[in-house]
Amino acid sequence: MQDIAVAYNRYKFLGNEFLTWLWFIIETDQNRLRQYDPDLLSLNIGNRMVLENTRNNAKETVTIKGQDPDLEEGLLALKKGSVVTEIHLSYKAGDQHWQFNLKGESLNISNLKLPETGPVETPEDFEGAVIEKTYLIEKVIGLVNNLFSHFIKLRVSSEWRNQTVSRIRKWASS
Amino acid sequence: MGLLSSRISITRYKVAGRLDGSVHETVYKALKQHAIPEIEDDGSESMVGWTSFEYPYAPDFEGYSFVFGAHMVFALRIDKKSIPPKLVQKHYSLEVAKHLANTGRQFLSGNEKKAIKEHVVNTLGRRIPAVPNVYDLAWHYKDSSVWFFSNLKSANEALETLFIKSFGFPLIRLFPYTTGNLMAGLSDSERDLLSKLVPSQSEE
Repeated sequence: MQDIAVAYNRYKFLGNEFLTWLWFIIETDQNRLRQYDPDLLSLNIGNRMVLENTRNNAKETVTIKGQDPDLEEGLLALKKGSVVTEIHLSYKAGDQHWQFNLKGESLNISNLKLPETGPVETPEDFEGAVIEKTYLIEKVIGLVNNLFSHFIKLRVSSEWRNQTVSRIRKWASS
Repeated sequence: MGLLSSRISITRYKVAGRLDGSVHETVYKALKQHAIPEIEDDGSESMVGWTSFEYPYAPDFEGYSFVFGAHMVFALRIDKKSIPPKLVQKHYSLEVAKHLANTGRQFLSGNEKKAIKEHVVNTLGRRIPAVPNVYDLAWHYKDSSVWFFSNLKSANEALETLFIKSFGFPLIRLFPYTTGNLMAGLSDSERDLLSKLVPSQSEE
């Protein structure tokens, strides 16, 4: 495997392409997401998205935020060659709801809000709360790993070059 | 900064090694050996060590209290002394004036000024308490995964250093390339293709 620091910088574009693809799948193919995660009820864009365009040696950043944000500006940025670098997601499975921010270059999760858990009132509750929290965190990490694994298999395949890139472009322009 | 916070940040790692002997006993001994020192005994600017998740200000790993189901949960503590620059400037000026009065001289050499500044910083460092920062982590031994509950670069670097020192093998940070390479179940030929990828826009 390559040097870690070199690999981080050299391949951070993969994380940004992953988030761009994820936005496309969220908008066009929720059924495919359910194949990736059988517990998934819905996965939607939350209240924030950041796009970046580094073409022509200049960095242009577009940030869209707010409740139910209008993503038209994001689609316009995509058409001009931007990629998604950060996305806020709303994930529902069963009657539980997670919200979190995912950064493309690092795949770091931040601002993760877990479903409600019971109050901690006794030492026994504490241990139970920790186990419950780790279970709820595992669901989100499992989802991200699962989605990224599907993406990366697609990304190294000829299907990406021959079909997916043009489908994403067509969607952004529709 | 922690597992029980209402808003959580996570950096994911893969653990690149296995422990010899009893896992819990080995981890217990390593945590004790590299626990954060309880006494601030010198003027060092910062101290880094393990602490317990439940009692971060009184580390206690007895009875394998760091085991929660399939996870081992404990914390990294970084105690850092931060001396306000204006305080250093004040005491430095006072020391310089005292030194000039005692020697009857008008000026100090560069080396003397440097020595006085070091003395002031050391003296203040002993008097100012360190500020503790606690970052939880959860280690799933069977899955070789560690979740570190901070995205802060300095905290992640401190974790990576202390982890290898304590347990003898490194943590591999999981970002796009390492996740693809280590976690996605790619075949050898797919891994080879992965290493040759360039941005899709560059392929136009």
